[in-house]
Amino acid sequence: MTFPWDLVFFYTFATVLVGAALCVISVRNSVHAALFLVLTFFTSAALWLLLQAEFLAIALVLVYVGAVMVLFLFVVMMLDINTESTREGFIRYLPVGILVAVVMLGEMLALIGMKQMVAVAAPADPAGASNTAWLGNALFRGYLLPFEIAAVILTVAIVAAIMLTLRQRVNTRKQNPSVQVAVKASDRVRIVKMASATKEATTP
Amino acid sequence: MIGHLTLAHYIGLGAVLFCISVAGIFINRKNVIVLLMAIELMLLAVNMNFVAFSRFLGDVSGQVFVFFILTVAAAESAIGLAILVVLFRNRATINVGEIDSMKG
Repeated sequence: MTFPWDLVFFYTFATVLVGAALCVISVRNSVHAALFLVLTFFTSAALWLLLQAEFLAIALVLVYVGAVMVLFLFVVMMLDINTESTREGFIRYLPVGILVAVVMLGEMLALIGMKQMVAVAAPADPAGASNTAWLGNALFRGYLLPFEIAAVILTVAIVAAIMLTLRQRVNTRKQNPSVQVAVKASDRVRIVKMASATKEATTP
Repeated sequence: MIGHLTLAHYIGLGAVLFCISVAGIFINRKNVIVLLMAIELMLLAVNMNFVAFSRFLGDVSGQVFVFFILTVAAAESAIGLAILVVLFRNRATINVGEIDSMKG
């Protein structure tokens, strides 16, 4: 029996995942919690790669690490909750940021190394297609209506988020485009008829 | 005999992750942002179970469901953070204990 490298990698990633999740709920600083949540999502993407769910792993990294966690960080930094930490600059967040980045790099290298050591298992699809083709076939054949409903949900979320945070200020100056378009030349320039005048000769 | 990677490994990991996030909801009563992060962790634990079952049973429906959960979770966090921004603008606090204006 060969050495079970997949179990080794599973336990390594699971340890990192549980540790990062414990840090998310226990650290006092919200920025640190968001950074550890990034690490949690990245590690679970690595675990999904072990499960040969490649499309969902990449989607997790793109959607969560790339979009949702950046949104979290924006809100955490915009709300300015603990005022004493804002003076200290980014040195305060440097160790945690470096820790998260180094662990993520180690996971990427481990995944690449595991590809060399572990024999490729049979794909999850009984027909043998790649994960993306498998998922795409199911999504656009059997689940087309839920897919479009999901698109509507995302649109509603965009509209709701904008409407919630849009603020009508009183004293701002802004342009009214419809008035600008409807303007006529007679509103801007007034032509005045007047008698011509001659310049009087100056007396020496 | 050490054995191979089985479904039980992933189910156990999902259970541990879910329990951690439930504990996080109980611990962090001061900070709504960390509560939202704990909800994201819960959804991640559920997604882990779905992906594991989909892989080991050879059924694509679990991964399709994870796809929809990711969509709805992104919408949920966007609206939740927008509500949080409005709340902080009006009340200048994100402490859960102080947000009680709808209490009778």
